[in-house]
Amino acid sequence: MNARGERLAEIFSRIWADSFGRAGLVLLTLIIGISILGPIIFPFDPREVATSASKIFAPPTAQHWLGTDEMGRDIFRSTLAGARISLLVGITASAISIVIGAFVGLFSGYYHGLFSNLLMRVTDFFLALPVTPLIIVLASVFGQNLLITIMVIGMTSWPSTARIVRSLVLSIRARQFVERVRAIGASDARILCVHILPNVMPLIYANTVLVIAGSVLAEATLAFLGLGDPVRVSWGTMLHYAFVSGAAGRGVWWYLLPPGIGIVLLVLGFTLVGNTLDKILNPRLREF
Amino acid sequence: MSRTVYVARKAGQLFATLFFIAAFNFCLFRILPGSPLTLLARKGNLSADVVARLTSLFGLDKPLWQQFLIYLQNLATAEFGISMTFRRRVIDVISERLVNSFMLLALASVFVIAIGISCGIVAAMRRGTALDRTIVVSSMAGWSFPTFWTGLIAIIVFGTYLHMFPISGIVTPGMRYATSWAETVDILRHLFLPTLTLIIVDTAQFSLVTRSALVDVFTEDYILTARAKGLSENQVLSRHAMPNAMLPIMTTTALYVSLLIGGAIEVETVFSFPGMGKLMYDSVLLRDYPILEASFFLFAAFTVFANFVTDVMYMIVDPRVKSL
Repeated sequence: MNARGERLAEIFSRIWADSFGRAGLVLLTLIIGISILGPIIFPFDPREVATSASKIFAPPTAQHWLGTDEMGRDIFRSTLAGARISLLVGITASAISIVIGAFVGLFSGYYHGLFSNLLMRVTDFFLALPVTPLIIVLASVFGQNLLITIMVIGMTSWPSTARIVRSLVLSIRARQFVERVRAIGASDARILCVHILPNVMPLIYANTVLVIAGSVLAEATLAFLGLGDPVRVSWGTMLHYAFVSGAAGRGVWWYLLPPGIGIVLLVLGFTLVGNTLDKILNPRLREF
Repeated sequence: MSRTVYVARKAGQLFATLFFIAAFNFCLFRILPGSPLTLLARKGNLSADVVARLTSLFGLDKPLWQQFLIYLQNLATAEFGISMTFRRRVIDVISERLVNSFMLLALASVFVIAIGISCGIVAAMRRGTALDRTIVVSSMAGWSFPTFWTGLIAIIVFGTYLHMFPISGIVTPGMRYATSWAETVDILRHLFLPTLTLIIVDTAQFSLVTRSALVDVFTEDYILTARAKGLSENQVLSRHAMPNAMLPIMTTTALYVSLLIGGAIEVETVFSFPGMGKLMYDSVLLRDYPILEASFFLFAAFTVFANFVTDVMYMIVDPRVKSL
């Protein structure tokens, strides 16, 4: 446990040493901190709507730091609340995606048989489909709530992970040490868990961080198209309401900028950290 | 393996994937809650007489496998049924939109690919300089921009505040054009902001891939040899480096088709551009399932076909591919 803690600390310090990685870590710490503390310090009540027309689409003032939206609600507070949902969906959807992707990749890379072939065909099939129309169709068939959004994104974003993991497993499997432990009499399960998995984990870590970036964008897109949870408002949902209420045409920039910049910084943070992690953990795979 | 066998095998995979997309589509839209008849009629209590007539009209009394065969046959003849909101044949509604989308996406992808590859080359040639860093950072930033949001910002900057470009539609409504040139100019002006949005967001795909492919290639021994022979940097690039960096760029192009379709849905929605993407968005809002089903099938088929074309291109560009 202690050794693992040290290793984690070492990885963090190596990400910190890279200027892109450091920028990413700063962004992520900032946004995660905001999403945890923000709604506690500045609670958001969606029922607190305007009672006078002057409060609708009101520009930033001392009372409303980022102005108000089409219902007269405080945009600063709703942006803080939205951070939680965007992060939550991004992280949980990626967890689903990584678990499926890693399992499919490990299995189809290690075993050669009918089932393994079938898994790879399914992977290729999903890889061939355009993602945005796919998640739109699934979300509109299954309905709009947070759980469905998470499932839809998680269940559609695993194929690329499966592909990467599979190709690495194939190359590890062909190495001599695997042959040696098999000669000693190690079972398939033991070889997979003790010898192959630890070698694949670095790739999975780096991939996870990059998949979160994609999931955050996917959630934002779904929510923007009106397929998000109407109750639990994310940054994407805010932009949906901004779009539908014509904020862009009215020049209400204070409604568009906060959630949009939030998404950009969050995605950028995960991308920067993910790329740096990839560079550190898998030095031969990508030269950046 | 000969070239014909390779192409035939890839074509076989193409049709198999199309078949599974059709099957997937067929199953998915039958999970929908509610009966298709009430969805079509847009009301709950239909009389038993009407239900019976509609059931036999749409063949819903036949066993499922027979319905699937009819469905496949319809797909093969581009018969996607009747739209629930337009009350017209889906294929007619779609074909009007296809041209518009094609125009937008062709225009955008030409710029995205050209600008992306050029930026990647410049960054790789000037590796480690401030220019290289600027290109890498702005590419990563562009990649992080949600397409729809970039579109909204473009609207507010170039439309609402600067009044430079039209922000919605494809032509000015009610406009009578003196010449066809005037009409073309009007359409191009409407295409400007959607295209700009796609360029800002998507160029990163190509600049980063081109850069890292070239940086990889530049470490190879044959590049050293080429330089030692006394070739200029431009000759090294065009004769030795670029041909070898082409494969990852082609892979990105194939993957880009899928992204481009996603981008089209977002951009067309934001700019009310009468294309396939906007149609899909509208059909989601109006729960017009026949349109949704058809547009999903066409988008998927287009992506799969683009992948097939790339596979064939690989074979032409890279002689090693035949042995795969």
